[in-house]
Amino acid sequence: MNHFPGTWGRPRDDVYGPYDSSYLQTTGPKTHTQSPAVTGTSVIAVKFKGGVAIAADNLASYGSLARFTDVKRLRKFGDAAVIGFSGDVSDMQYIDRLLESIDIRENYSAHGNQLNAKNLHTYLSKVLYKRRSDFNPLWNHILVAGFDSEKKPFLSSADLLGTTFSAPHLATGFGAHLAIPILRRLFPEERSIEEISKEEAVSALKDCLKVLWYRDARSMDKYSLALITQDGIEVHEDQQIEAQNWAFAESIKGYGAQTV
Amino acid sequence: MVASHGMTGMLGEDGIHIDMNHLKKGEVNLGTSIMAINFKDGVILGADSRTTTGAYIANRVTDKLTQVHDTIWCCRSGSAADTQAVADIVSYHLNMYSIVNNEPPSTQVAAALFQELCYENKDMLSAGIIIAGYDPRHGGQVYSIPLGGSLHKQAYSIGGSGSTYIYGYCDANWKENMTEEEGVNFVRSALREAIKWDGSSGGVIRMVVLTKDGAQRHLYLPDNGYTAPGTTN
Amino acid sequence: MLLIQTSIGTGYDLSNSVFSPDGRNFQVEYAVKAVENGGTSVGIRCKDGVVLAVEKIITSKLLKPGANKRISTVDRHVGIVSSGLAPDGRHFVSRARDEASSWRGIYKGPIPVSALANRLGGYVQAYTLYSSVRPFGVTSIMGGWDSEAELAVDGQGYYGAATGKGRQAAKAELEKLDLASEKLSLHDAVKEAARIIYVAHEDNKDKEFELEMSWISSLDGPTQGRHEEVPKELLEEAERAAKRALEGDDEEEDEGAKGTGNVGERMEE
Repeated sequence: MNHFPGTWGRPRDDVYGPYDSSYLQTTGPKTHTQSPAVTGTSVIAVKFKGGVAIAADNLASYGSLARFTDVKRLRKFGDAAVIGFSGDVSDMQYIDRLLESIDIRENYSAHGNQLNAKNLHTYLSKVLYKRRSDFNPLWNHILVAGFDSEKKPFLSSADLLGTTFSAPHLATGFGAHLAIPILRRLFPEERSIEEISKEEAVSALKDCLKVLWYRDARSMDKYSLALITQDGIEVHEDQQIEAQNWAFAESIKGYGAQTV
Repeated sequence: MVASHGMTGMLGEDGIHIDMNHLKKGEVNLGTSIMAINFKDGVILGADSRTTTGAYIANRVTDKLTQVHDTIWCCRSGSAADTQAVADIVSYHLNMYSIVNNEPPSTQVAAALFQELCYENKDMLSAGIIIAGYDPRHGGQVYSIPLGGSLHKQAYSIGGSGSTYIYGYCDANWKENMTEEEGVNFVRSALREAIKWDGSSGGVIRMVVLTKDGAQRHLYLPDNGYTAPGTTN
Repeated sequence: MLLIQTSIGTGYDLSNSVFSPDGRNFQVEYAVKAVENGGTSVGIRCKDGVVLAVEKIITSKLLKPGANKRISTVDRHVGIVSSGLAPDGRHFVSRARDEASSWRGIYKGPIPVSALANRLGGYVQAYTLYSSVRPFGVTSIMGGWDSEAELAVDGQGYYGAATGKGRQAAKAELEKLDLASEKLSLHDAVKEAARIIYVAHEDNKDKEFELEMSWISSLDGPTQGRHEEVPKELLEEAERAAKRALEGDDEEEDEGAKGTGNVGERMEE
């Protein structure tokens, strides 16, 4: 009889080998660091004259499996900001609940100050940094779009390490590789935000989403796009990527010398 | 296998690899086909009955459909031990809820409890759970909680290793507002395909139909092509 | 030894945890007195929402109009109005907010109004049991929307409720509304609530007051299931209608003695 209760009910060591209890973390340093399971891909955003436009597709992937095709990755925060999430969906939902509790507390008083997008970004980046410092990161890269306290368009990012970055146009994930070059060409540094119209910004985002749909294997052709202006927030959900270009495939024959 | 200090997964070049081997080699794992759907009058849960330890079938008549309240049930996939423990905890909390609040819990409440346990303990669990329930206020509802502990409300949900073979079948054949007969046939034929192609799924098909009238069990056997006996209580 | 005794408590009112020989808890009864002196609060539950209203007595001419609110938001879908000692009311609301937020933490959804009322009923009751505490000097009315309108006092569900100094008059008016039949619309309920506060103020005419109102509509209504202040225009319209209705009731009364709820009038003093 084995007199160690911890082994009772376990498969026999002499048959199956000793139990690997490393996951129980009884020894060694405490390591929480997880890995994302269900994930969202890129978020992209641009500032324009009088506001910010932000977009993300509706896909939540499970590895390479396109598991959930109706996930909304843009979240409104009151009338003040829109937050776009890429990365782990369970952590996105956690942050969503966190923001909901903040929103409820803000509305205890009808005349209290509403947090603006800049405040929100500062807060979220500190939450992300705190979690990474606990070796338990929230596996997300987020974009926060809205206005700062001077009513100027605001756009900034924060990642799972708490790193923040701000620019007139931003993109996470694959978008950082594919969308940023497009946006830089359309809106070069010497071009002031005051010259960029809302329509131009939206059209640029749609172009980027199309390229991402062509070239990001974890993307899909259904997306949400939000516009934040002084008039309020418009969120367009379940949009479809349009004006795609595939017909040229007909002219591609073989992979070298072949022509038929 | 498991890295030295509880490393539970890694981000590879070609995407994400979930390490399902928290548990010792040979420990019971529900390599499974499970699903739940909404239909006109409620929800239907379905599952195969195979439990494996590696390639050995530890149980060929497993019941993976677990009641957590009168008309709230779940389909379990992943580690048998983990999902049983989670279901037992949720079951306890739902029982307490109904006593304290003098009314049955909603399916959403059950899903939230499952979600919290799966999310907060994600580094220790391998559990993929589908929750389906009927309550008079909201009718039938289906929720899915995949590995990371996110929560997804869906019209229908499929899960477990066998589900990857039937994404196309389900998407092509799904209809909103099916009758009970259509719903049962949808679940049965989908699971039949999953069992056919997935080595980790097999045995009988079990179903539970949840409506305002309560829970009704169904059973379909492989030796007659999953046509009978049908309802069993 | 000197025993301090009041004429009614005869010593049995000095501690919360002591009953009198005839089975009364005097501290609780004194707490009710505190409520009886407070401004009148009413709650009306109708088919498509709930209205809360309070006669906020102006205790100082230095108070800014609209300041020192007596109706509080507890969660998106719940509001509380209290009559009695304002600090006790605020503590009560703070507890309600904690309960609502703790429910959200566990169940990831809004607390049912009846469940919140039950929890708070338990909390208030505990303050009648111990010698180290005194009972709350408030009676609170809680209104909210989960799948249907709910109104609660002391953990019980009501169609209409009134507390504070003018509660008798207010309750009489509420009973006339036939709220059980659920025919009253939310907009009419706002007007009735304003009128009832004005009627109830007849018992407290020597004091100035400000009318404060909030509402919670159904999900497809004006507040989309949220607890919000009644918009200024609607509140003023309801207030005008209330004054007209009162003048119709007793024409012989002098115009100047009527409600001075109008902010503009008071500011001119």
